Amino acid sequence: MASLLDTVEHAQVAERVSAGRSWLQGLDPRAKVASTLAVILAATLSRRLTPLVVLLAMGLATALASSIPLRRLAFRVWLPTLLFTGAIVLPALFLTPGEVAYRLPELGWAVTVPGSRTAALLVARVLTAATFATLLLLSTPWNHFLKALRILRVPTVFVVILSMTYRYLLVMLETASAMFESRRSRLVARLSGREWRSLTTATAGVLLEKSLVMSNEVHQAMLARGFRGEAYTIDEFRMRPADWVWTLAIPVLAFAAVWLRR
Amino acid sequence: MASAFPCRSLGERMAMSSFDVLPESQTLSVPPGSEPSPQMPVFEVRDVFYRYEGVTALEGLSLHIGRGQRVALLGANGSGKSTLLRLLDGLCFPEKGSIAFFGEPLNPNRLAQDEFSFAFRRRVGIVFQNPDVQLFNPSVFDEVAFGPLQLRWPKERILQRVSETLEQLGISHLKARPPHRLSAGEKKRVALASVLVLDPEILLLDEPTASLDPQSASQMIDFLVGWRGGSKTVVMATHDLDSLEDIADHCFVLANGRLVGEGSPQQILGDQALLARTHLLHVHRHLHDSGEIHSHPHRHRHCHEP
Repeated sequence: MASLLDTVEHAQVAERVSAGRSWLQGLDPRAKVASTLAVILAATLSRRLTPLVVLLAMGLATALASSIPLRRLAFRVWLPTLLFTGAIVLPALFLTPGEVAYRLPELGWAVTVPGSRTAALLVARVLTAATFATLLLLSTPWNHFLKALRILRVPTVFVVILSMTYRYLLVMLETASAMFESRRSRLVARLSGREWRSLTTATAGVLLEKSLVMSNEVHQAMLARGFRGEAYTIDEFRMRPADWVWTLAIPVLAFAAVWLRR
Repeated sequence: MASAFPCRSLGERMAMSSFDVLPESQTLSVPPGSEPSPQMPVFEVRDVFYRYEGVTALEGLSLHIGRGQRVALLGANGSGKSTLLRLLDGLCFPEKGSIAFFGEPLNPNRLAQDEFSFAFRRRVGIVFQNPDVQLFNPSVFDEVAFGPLQLRWPKERILQRVSETLEQLGISHLKARPPHRLSAGEKKRVALASVLVLDPEILLLDEPTASLDPQSASQMIDFLVGWRGGSKTVVMATHDLDSLEDIADHCFVLANGRLVGEGSPQQILGDQALLARTHLLHVHRHLHDSGEIHSHPHRHRHCHEP
C-alpha cells in the first residue's frame, strides 16, 4: 500500500518538476533526448574514471541549474544504483588478479587494485547514465518525452506501449489503492502473513481481470475515434538557438572528455 | 466484458499499429455520399440479439432513430442501454438481426472499408460512461487532436478545431495537463471535447452525468440542451429523469434487453406503472415534524410559469 502511494507521489513530483521554468525544462525535448543519448554512449565508451567524474559533475551542475532536487536524485538514483551495481561488481574486487590494495580482516580476502578500478569504473558509468536519464525524465513532461522519441524515429510499438503503460499504470494503481483501503476498512481481526499473501494474490488477480476489461474498452474508444491500426501525432516543437547549442555542445564535451583521457 | 473483435491483448493490438508523425500535406478526403432523405432514419435496429459470454444483453430489439431526434434510452442497470450504444457505434455487432445507418448495413465488412469507416467515424461520435477508457493520450491537447489526426485532417485545421473545441467547453486551460490529473467533471468534458472536435452529426452518450457533482452535471445538461443545430441527433443512455424533458424529445425504455416502452418524455414520465416496472421510479420516505413517516413515489414532473 505504502509503495503504491509512493509510486503515485513520485509521478506527481516528476510532473511538478518538469513543469518548472528552469534551464533544462526550457529546452526542446528532442535536444534533451539526443544529448542524453550521446552522454550515455560516451559514458559507456569511457575506459577511465576521470571523464566519468567530469560528466557526473556536468550532470550535477545541470540539476542545480534546473532546480531539480539533489535529495531526490540521491535517494531515487544514486543510492539504488550504488546498491545494485555495487552488488554486481562486488566479486570483481576480489577475483580480478593484480596488486593487493587491502586485505579484509578476519576473512583475509584480498581486494586488488585492478579489481577496485574495474568496480569503480562500472559504478561510475551506471551512475552517470542513470543521472542523465533521470534529469531528462524529471525535466520533460511525459507527453513531450514520448513525442520526442517518436520524432527521433524510436520504433512506434515501443512508444505506444510506453505511453499506454504509464497512463493506465496510474489508473490501476489508484484502483489497487482503493481496493486495499476498502479491504482494510472491513478487517476486524489481525491476519497472518499467509492470509495477507493470499489476499494480495487475489487482489492481483482481480486487477489483472479489470485491466483486461479496460484494455478492451480503451481499444473500442480508439476505434470509435477513427483508429485503424495507425496512430499519428503532431510535431509542435520548435528548435531555438539554445536548443541547438545544447544538442551540439553536450555530446561534443562528453566525447571530448572521453577521448582526451582514453 | 466480451469484445466482438478478435480476442487479442492490448499489447498485441498495439504491436500491430504504428504511431506516425502526420505530414502536413497528408489528408484524406471523405468522398461525399449521396445525401439521405430527411425521412430516412439515422439508425434502424431490427430484431437485434446480443450476448456477453452467454448472458443475454439484447433480445429481439427493434427501434429506429430519426434525423435530428434527441433520444433518451431509459432503463435500470443491465437493461442493455450501453450495449445498444456500442452496437450503434459499430464497436460490436449483433449475433442476430441487423442495424442500418442511413439505410446502409452496419457490419464488420462495411466498417473494414476505409471509405465507409472514415465517413461513419466522422459523422458518429460516442462518449463512454467511464472517461478513463476514453482518455488514453498523454495530454488533453493530444486527446482532443486524436480523432482529427486519425481522420488525417490537415495540421492547421486540426490546431484550429482543437483550439475552438477546448474554448467551447471552457477547458483551454487544461490543454497541457495529463488526463489522469483531472477531476471527474473535467475528464468528462475532455471526453466530450475529444468527440465534438470532429463536429459529429450524431452523438451517442453513455450516462453523461454519471458520477458528476451537481454543478458539473448541470453544466453537462446545459451543454446538451444548447447543442442542437437542427440536424444533430443525440442518443443518450441515462437514468436522469429530472432533466429528461430538457434533453430528450423521444424516449425508449429498455428492460432485460427488450424494448418495453417508448414515447415522449411527458408520456413516459406520466406512466407510473411502466417506471415502477422498469425500476426507474423510487419511493421517497420523509420524516415530518409531527414524527409521521410519509412515503410516496418520486415523480418527475416539472411545471413552469407560462
